[in-house]
Amino acid sequence: MNLSAEMLIQLIILLPLVAAIGVMLSHRHANIREAISLVIATSVFILVCLLYQQIINAQTGIVTWTTILPGLSISFKTEALSVLFALIASFLWIVTTLYAIGYMRSHKEQNQTRFFTFFAISIAAVMAIAFSENLFTLFIFYEVLTLATYPLVTHAGTEKAKQGGRTYLRILLGTSIVFFLPALIGTWAIAGNLSFTAGGVFPDEASPLLLAILLVMFIFGIGKAAMMPFHLWLPSAMVAPTPVSALLHAVAVVKAGVFTLMKTVVFIFGMDTVGELVTTDFLLYLTAFTILASSLIAMRQDNLKARLAYSTISQLAYVSLGVLLATEAGLIGSSMHIAMHAFGKITLFFCAGAILVVTHKTEISQMAGLGRKMPITMIAFLIASLSIIGLPPTGGSWSKYYLLLGTLETQHWVLMVVLMISSLLNIAYLLPIPIRGFFPGKKVATEAVHTPEKIQEAPLPALIAISITTLGCLVLFFYPQPLFELAKMVGVV
Amino acid sequence: MLEHLPILQVIVPLLAAPACLLLNKPKLAWLFACFAAVISLLISVALLNQVQQSGVISYMLGGWEAPWGIEYRIDQLSAYVLLIVSAIGTIVLFAANTGISQEIDEDKQSIFYVLYLLCMAGLLGIVATGDIFNVFVFLEISSLATYALVAFGRDRRALLAAYQYLIVGTIGASFLLMGIGLLYSLTGTLNMQDVANRLPLVSESATVYTAFVFMIVGVALKLALFPLHLWLPNTYTYAPSIVTAFLAATATKVAIYLLIRLHFSIFGDDFGGGVIQTIFIALGLTSIFVASMVAIKQPNIKRLFAYSSVAQIGYMIVGIGIGTSLGLQATLLHLFNHALMKGALFLALAAVVYRIGSTDRACFNGLAKHMPWTMAAVVVAGLSLIGVPLTVGFISKWYLVLASFQNGLWTVGLLIVIGSLIAVYYVWTLVESAYFGKADAALTSGSSPVKEAPLSLLIPLWLLVIANVYFGIDTRLPLEASASAASFLMGGEL
Repeated sequence: MNLSAEMLIQLIILLPLVAAIGVMLSHRHANIREAISLVIATSVFILVCLLYQQIINAQTGIVTWTTILPGLSISFKTEALSVLFALIASFLWIVTTLYAIGYMRSHKEQNQTRFFTFFAISIAAVMAIAFSENLFTLFIFYEVLTLATYPLVTHAGTEKAKQGGRTYLRILLGTSIVFFLPALIGTWAIAGNLSFTAGGVFPDEASPLLLAILLVMFIFGIGKAAMMPFHLWLPSAMVAPTPVSALLHAVAVVKAGVFTLMKTVVFIFGMDTVGELVTTDFLLYLTAFTILASSLIAMRQDNLKARLAYSTISQLAYVSLGVLLATEAGLIGSSMHIAMHAFGKITLFFCAGAILVVTHKTEISQMAGLGRKMPITMIAFLIASLSIIGLPPTGGSWSKYYLLLGTLETQHWVLMVVLMISSLLNIAYLLPIPIRGFFPGKKVATEAVHTPEKIQEAPLPALIAISITTLGCLVLFFYPQPLFELAKMVGVV
Repeated sequence: MLEHLPILQVIVPLLAAPACLLLNKPKLAWLFACFAAVISLLISVALLNQVQQSGVISYMLGGWEAPWGIEYRIDQLSAYVLLIVSAIGTIVLFAANTGISQEIDEDKQSIFYVLYLLCMAGLLGIVATGDIFNVFVFLEISSLATYALVAFGRDRRALLAAYQYLIVGTIGASFLLMGIGLLYSLTGTLNMQDVANRLPLVSESATVYTAFVFMIVGVALKLALFPLHLWLPNTYTYAPSIVTAFLAATATKVAIYLLIRLHFSIFGDDFGGGVIQTIFIALGLTSIFVASMVAIKQPNIKRLFAYSSVAQIGYMIVGIGIGTSLGLQATLLHLFNHALMKGALFLALAAVVYRIGSTDRACFNGLAKHMPWTMAAVVVAGLSLIGVPLTVGFISKWYLVLASFQNGLWTVGLLIVIGSLIAVYYVWTLVESAYFGKADAALTSGSSPVKEAPLSLLIPLWLLVIANVYFGIDTRLPLEASASAASFLMGGEL
């Protein structure tokens, strides 16, 4: 196979669309429909791996689809961060499809064809975001992703789902139109160029004050990164079916947010510029506030998915913080954290969904003693929690290590302390769930004696998916080199 | 033959109108009207081509030399607007046969086509002529035809709306006429170019300012500039839907053309020392916000989009007010783009009226299930109205915001963007009720459930919808035409 990078990029973006059409056409035959999803998901992943080989050998490619206005084109390019994001998203697409098959069928969800169709379209949008050559292209597919995920969020069709979906659209579209688009136009007005360029696009004589304002507008405008105070869409999007929450709101959508943020900071502003802007410190402390505040809110949530949602907000702020530190260590930490958090959080969501399907329980307080009924799920939950917290032997320890290193290098002592406290908070809101699962209090234990429970795990495809991602958390601890290689290449001029 | 194109552009629909009356069979009249419209579309394409290749075309009516005879003058700007008017007029006419069948009695239908063609001829005439009194004549032709067209509406309130429009339109025309009279008394000529040449000699006199103000107010009434817009919502709401689509896409555009012509070609863009620019920006922004806010609350969707038209006119006025070549280009682009989106939206409403007979908000609940193609068209045109990338709406807003940024008007740019946010809201509520609302029991059950609109409506509708997307991606045609028109106008030559 000797496909050029240009060819690969286009295939990677278009194949999910082919999957969407295939899924629509085969709506009468559920098995064929799911086979199409799986086969195409796997081939996309293989194609991204080929791209990985190329970029390691320093081969890159660029394609332009169309030029809308002079200087505004829809183009795609390979770059280390793009490949990193695409690798994670495409791999987890396979796993999530597997999981969704088990979940959707045993949960007897309606409109499964619509579900898998929009799922594939969303992935196409994510791939287009990943390989965007310029901010304009990225912006378009960023909006496409918002719109394509809306039917998924409101899948249940209930009043509550619609309400959640409305908040979802309102905040995401609102921030991107009020902040992101003007910031994009402002960038164009100052730099005359929106291409992602190593070292930034702004001319040296650009007013630092203007750039500082633009940076703030970008950070708030990229609502998918869920920086406070524009984070509320994330908890309200949790009305979606669990596979959606898992892939889109632990991986694709939110990671598209922090990915956009990284691209903007590194390739539009340039790390050196960001380090000098007056608003950078304000934004750093805002991320610190987001980290702590959402962890505290997470502790008070009894609904498992809501707790995970707030935990996501907190972890996304880690990534934003790493980028805004504007050092190499911070950048490596952020890039790695995109991957590590993706594996950890998707596992947690998978577990939440498995618990829901088997026991119909959504509240944490009902889950005591669940470890006897669903041991594999609960062990997976434990390992994934460790990864989110950042303890060995899980992948999360690497990214947190580099993020801490970044705060040390830049002598942001307060931020370092915040990261430490946050890890403690993570322990406080995640670990009690598996612990109480295996060692319920006395009261619950006596009840359990009266009604001895048999082991009853989630449907097999879902269980396989959970095992794969859990293994991923562990493997990434012992074998993080491929990701590390990519992370090191990000932003190298 | 080719050198007579400028006059043929106007004469073809003008003469086809009485011919329609003679045919006196609705179907035949429609076919003939379509034929005439297509010919005038082809002429406008040829004219645009000719102008872009060999510059301004000057045509002396009856061979009488210019300041004495009437001159038809096609420059980049008029060729561009001619194309918009004839193209949209033609596409809407394609849909007319089905579109009016439910709204207008059969015996009046041939008259409808007569009036339609007269209106179109009037609008084309305003744009093609180089004689300022001729402008007034064509303005009256088109206006009189419009009053009658509006009165065709099935609702009795259409009569009142037509009457209201008649009064306001006549006042506007009178202002314009007085302005023309004052100019004539000062310069002794009616030829636009001649007037423009002689005005500097008499400038700074109070009479010139009075003439200027009279003419601007007259045109502002016609184009429904806030706060002179009150006739528009009623007219658009109660006129037959096809008429609304035609008027929204062409009549206000021609009025904007007239404003640009007066402001830039006759008086010169620096006339009045920049005061008028500030007024334009202020009025434009106010109309964006006020009309958009009012639009949100409208229970009738046709009226909602009528108010949205007032807001969109505000964008065009802001572009003129910015006063640079880029700002003017933004206005010209929006002229083209707004014609496409509003044409599509009102045609979609025509399809809804055809099937349901009403455009109340309640009727839209769950309508997407019954009329998927019509509602999908509303979504795409609505996105274009908001200004989402890959639609034409984005292109004009992009230029508008860029123009204000380049001029250091940061707040104006920001306000334009925020104004679009209101459009997001009202388009969104409509889409939401169409796709997620619970359908009325009467819609789904009953003797005949609502069906998708017939193809004869859907094809013209989707022609416009596809144009909305096509010109949002392949922007060469409107971009080049508007850029050359803008630089031509700013270049000061006429």
